[in-house]
Amino acid sequence: MASDLHRPPFDRSPLTADAGARLLAGWGRTAPTRARVLAVDSVAQVQREVAAASADRSGPARGVLARGLGRSYGDAAQSGGGLLLDLAAVDQVALDVEAGTVTAGAGASFDSLLRRLLPQGWFLPVTPGTRQVTVGGAVAADVHGKNHHVDGTFGAHVRALDLVTAEGALRTLAPNDPSEDDRETFWCTVGGLGLTGVITQATFDVLPVTTSWMRVDTERAGDLDSLMARMVESDRDVRYSVAWVDAMATGARWGRGVLTRGDHAELDELPRHNRSRPLVFAPRDRLAAPAHLPGRLVNRATARSFNAAWFGRASVRREGELQSIAAFFHPLDGVRDWNRVYGRRGLLQYQFVVPDEAGQVVGTALRRLQRLGAPVAMTVLKRFGPANPAPLSFPRPGWTLAVDVPADVPGLARTLDQLDDLVAASGGRLYLAKDARMSPETFAHTYPGASRWQAVRRRLDPGGLFTSDLERRVMP
Amino acid sequence: MIDALGQPQSVLVLGGTSEIAQAIVRALPPGRLRRVVLAGRPSAALDTAAGDLQAHLSATRPPHAAICSVRPVGFDAEETAAHGSLVDSVFDAGDVDVVVLAFGLLGDQASAEAEPAQAVRVAQVNYVGAVSVGLHVARRLARQGSGELVVLSSVAGLRARRSNFVYGSSKAGLDAFAQGLADALHGSGAHVLVVRPGFVRTRMTAGLPAAPLAADPDQVGAAVVAALRAGHGTVYVPGALRLLMAGLRAVPRPLFRRLPL
Repeated sequence: MASDLHRPPFDRSPLTADAGARLLAGWGRTAPTRARVLAVDSVAQVQREVAAASADRSGPARGVLARGLGRSYGDAAQSGGGLLLDLAAVDQVALDVEAGTVTAGAGASFDSLLRRLLPQGWFLPVTPGTRQVTVGGAVAADVHGKNHHVDGTFGAHVRALDLVTAEGALRTLAPNDPSEDDRETFWCTVGGLGLTGVITQATFDVLPVTTSWMRVDTERAGDLDSLMARMVESDRDVRYSVAWVDAMATGARWGRGVLTRGDHAELDELPRHNRSRPLVFAPRDRLAAPAHLPGRLVNRATARSFNAAWFGRASVRREGELQSIAAFFHPLDGVRDWNRVYGRRGLLQYQFVVPDEAGQVVGTALRRLQRLGAPVAMTVLKRFGPANPAPLSFPRPGWTLAVDVPADVPGLARTLDQLDDLVAASGGRLYLAKDARMSPETFAHTYPGASRWQAVRRRLDPGGLFTSDLERRVMP
Repeated sequence: MIDALGQPQSVLVLGGTSEIAQAIVRALPPGRLRRVVLAGRPSAALDTAAGDLQAHLSATRPPHAAICSVRPVGFDAEETAAHGSLVDSVFDAGDVDVVVLAFGLLGDQASAEAEPAQAVRVAQVNYVGAVSVGLHVARRLARQGSGELVVLSSVAGLRARRSNFVYGSSKAGLDAFAQGLADALHGSGAHVLVVRPGFVRTRMTAGLPAAPLAADPDQVGAAVVAALRAGHGTVYVPGALRLLMAGLRAVPRPLFRRLPL
């Protein structure tokens, strides 16, 4: 019948059957893949879904993975053809004032935690450059912040975590577990990119604070060497420290930057009118980048003028300035969907760490990107403290540089491969939660703990239920 | 996976001895390539093609990159009953990032008119075979949630010409099929790129007088890779053919028939 021809049964087509499936990419918006997303409302449901997926032998399995707020730049939280569990509803938060710990559901965001905890005088032990990450994601990526040189990663502050393993069992793991197997599973889950199971809850230390303000010292440095020298000198006296480098400046201004250091302000440091409400935390509603931009707005001209303005705005030297927590830790959260300014082809964040003795790699990387003509506005330069026992955790002592680059810069693949070789040769590595293009060889070479991690994982998940596009790419 | 910079890890070529397909593989960014499967009728030519491609990829391999394996597998476009298991076996061994559907017969128009069985064979291979294996590939790419299917169509399919309308009509069918498949896969994470070259200097066209705007296989390879990176759905090689074909399609038939094409 003619009417049937006009309404073909597309809902039963194998090409478009998954009604619940969506195209998903990381924050860099490169290489999206399609997966089914299932919002779960309880840990019991996570267990049921995982057990059902484990038992399903109906076709080639594409695996299960938890996805939080999608702030990994690359493909860590996507899995083409797979099942993605969204634990946004598993977001309960309990503060234990006596112990100074918080127990939070994996889906709780740092934004919601700060809104709950700060007014009561508690701060997160570690916060990355955005509040839009979940507790589960923070553990899985073992995130770091401006205080890594003093306090280590987020994982270092986790006292216990709950993990749903491949057979659907719920395990509670702690770093001081008497059982070696549990300890090992704990550290393989911290930084484990969600590949050991579904993290459903974590208990972690929180930091008592008397105000929601930061006391910030800012100073400019005219070139990279003096900037790095200042960082070495001054880091150990201060809890939070980070620098920005003008990656577009040339000639005498090459490598100029701004060093920012800070700590939580005490009550008596606040101006009188703020003392009545010292713990207020109300980040303003965010501006949004428009959904449909004509192209990428980040180019050499805009990056150069942005950088000049950013450098010029900073004082030559300013001490004791009060800044809000949102302004100090999460400046980019002020513009929602800022990644859209990089256009349809998206962006990469290239972040590496190299040991102290290879600090010159920082300058080499900036120079090579400059020679390539890459427009770079966002850079973060920081010193890391000691590593933790997690085999896939990124930080290790030395220098880390993070650089945002548009993905469509010609010749970028080759230049980054060459930088990878330089980083690897100096004993450094790349951050998996940011990576979207490193080779399997670079990964294996720079994460020597990966084989131990793989062994633990094979024991935990012999059928390979938990997987991601990142795993398919760097551990094929 | 195809990474953020468009670097694939695995490629399946259907029509493994196709010079254009090999040129496409050679033009792909080599940095992450680990597995190439050349599917074609088992022959010395297929083995040679695999060996040559392997040698080329080894010689041009970037430092520290993995060694890419190039393996021939048996595939016959006319044996449609075997397509499903062939495609499944390749995908079951690992995800496939780029599939190049490149097999095709040019045939000889005069003998095809004299002996319709020859025309049937051209239609079977170029259209029926492509529909069959194309759907099997699309099913697996959709399940994978990512991947690129490159379909080698031809400008010959855009307007049937007196001098080769059997071939042209088979490519017309293939082109329409590939466009529809592209729409069916929209939003699946998998994409279809329809490639419309003009005259390409290959074994298939050896001895024929080259048409204007003739291209080499490497030109097609470079254009395909650029189109993949840009996310385009169709690409003409050379690009000027897009305009030329738009013009030719508007020419009235009585006049078109008299054109020396």
